[in-house]
Amino acid sequence: MGMMRRFFLIAACGLGAVFCTHAASADDEAAARSERWAELQRAIFPGRTIGDGAGVIQLEAPPRALDAALVPFTITLPGDKQIKSVFLVIDNNPGPLAGRFTFGAAADPRTLKVRMRVNTYTDVHAVAEDSAGNLYAVQKFVKASGGCSAPAGPNAEQSTSNLGQMKLKLVSEFAPGEPVQAQLMIRHPNFNGMQMDQLTRLYAPAHFIRTINITYDDQPVLRIESDIALSTDPVITFGFKPSRQGQLKVEVTDSKEQSFVREFSVPAATASSTL
Amino acid sequence: MRGRSLMSRRHAVLGGFCLCCAPGLSRGADERNSLEITEIARGIHIRRGADEIASAQNEDAIANIGFIVGRDSVAVLDSGGSLNDGERLRRSIRNLTKLPIRYVLMSHVHPDHIFGAGAFLQDKPAFVAHAQLPHALAQRGEYYRARLEEVLGRGNVGPIVQPTMLVSDRTQIDLGSRSLELRAHPVAHTSNDLSVVDSQTGTLFPSDLLFVGRAPSLDGSLKGWLRELSMLGSLQAKQAVPGHGPATVNFPSAASKLKQYLETLLRETRQAIANGVDIATAPETVAQSERKNWTLFDEYHGHNVTQAYKELEWE
Repeated sequence: MGMMRRFFLIAACGLGAVFCTHAASADDEAAARSERWAELQRAIFPGRTIGDGAGVIQLEAPPRALDAALVPFTITLPGDKQIKSVFLVIDNNPGPLAGRFTFGAAADPRTLKVRMRVNTYTDVHAVAEDSAGNLYAVQKFVKASGGCSAPAGPNAEQSTSNLGQMKLKLVSEFAPGEPVQAQLMIRHPNFNGMQMDQLTRLYAPAHFIRTINITYDDQPVLRIESDIALSTDPVITFGFKPSRQGQLKVEVTDSKEQSFVREFSVPAATASSTL
Repeated sequence: MRGRSLMSRRHAVLGGFCLCCAPGLSRGADERNSLEITEIARGIHIRRGADEIASAQNEDAIANIGFIVGRDSVAVLDSGGSLNDGERLRRSIRNLTKLPIRYVLMSHVHPDHIFGAGAFLQDKPAFVAHAQLPHALAQRGEYYRARLEEVLGRGNVGPIVQPTMLVSDRTQIDLGSRSLELRAHPVAHTSNDLSVVDSQTGTLFPSDLLFVGRAPSLDGSLKGWLRELSMLGSLQAKQAVPGHGPATVNFPSAASKLKQYLETLLRETRQAIANGVDIATAPETVAQSERKNWTLFDEYHGHNVTQAYKELEWE
């Protein structure tokens, strides 16, 4: 409890209700946060040192989440280092390692966008691993509340009944041989097992995506290993390097050992695939 | 930066510091009791909610709530945002009439409309709701109760009351020479909106299908809400009691601002998606022209854009 003690006004938004709550002292929190990150580094990257990510990796996140069950993150790699993978760590989530993103030969790793559940006020770390195995981290503080245990939104039934449906959109200009940005949308409830049904007092069984593997004409683009943190109906924006005309293939596996495979012709990738 | 500007604006509004979060500054019970109840039409008594977000100070008394008195009995709609809010409403009813409280309507799942219901358990009324409310309550009731308890303090929220009479399409209830027409809506403001028409006075109770002045919150379907709003307009009600805003407004003219907001949100969110504006940026660009029209715009609008984006990006 330092001199800095003060109350913060936070609108903990989500599910149509806005409340006013206050956070603990800023000093106490900062100390607890860096202790938490030290602990996570030992657990996730045992025996390794992590350098300052400035100039190597950038993380954009809203300081205050508009919807804790869907917090958009943008990870950019502005430097010229060869980055082979990126880890996204949401320190205070029940499963802190929210995702590991591994780039393949056909990837353009410079920009990656994902949407995550954030359970409470937390530091979020983006860690880049270069081809020599060096690690570089940056962090952002995000104010959010209840994103992991937040019950399904009004359209959850749609996610379940259209399970595995995917759409792919190119979000930048297509030119053969040039990097292009694509947005992949996947219908999946991504229940993490933390949503309780108050009538039965049972938790909805966990049903979430474990891996997303993206290739272009059999060349690896991006492999995502995710935990319970991906939002319902995940949307991922990533870059890749297409030739004149090719097939972008997406394979999704989930915690029920189901797998969903879709192929999209690029550049004619605007049509959605259905089951 | 958004967070900072929001803070400073609020600080200005609240005279330099955050009243709603500071302990020991809540208003006295007398002042709270003076929250005015107005008889807006014969036998219809409405307490206007404060245009604020839920806080310890306002005890979540932020929705328009009230009751209708018939020849034989009383119907409550809605019951309030906390146990205290519901108990104050019950005292007001008891000061006015000894008739039994036979019905407590629960217009939808949002906490500011239903957590007063616990105050009426002793009256053993029918708790009337949309057929989808039990499902929504099962998913969210405890989440809302826990979040609201963080704001109001332990024991101040009230129990989660389950509805005992469900409406899946339309039905009537009778208060004695006064029948109320109940209508369960398809997904609109939420997945479980229930509206009421008092045929004796031509008064519509759209609850949160109608916001006037205070920023709307979207928690169902944007396209569905626009459809239901236009359907309500065809009911030829003389006046309406919005879920938030003045205790009574002309209808449907008072819905034109909301219609404009929702249409702007629809059009500009679709545009943003088509232009490749991502979901992180869209809240800062979509429907900013609406800011001047609504109290608490910054508290709700960004979330609305996010909801609209999720709904429309699969089109």
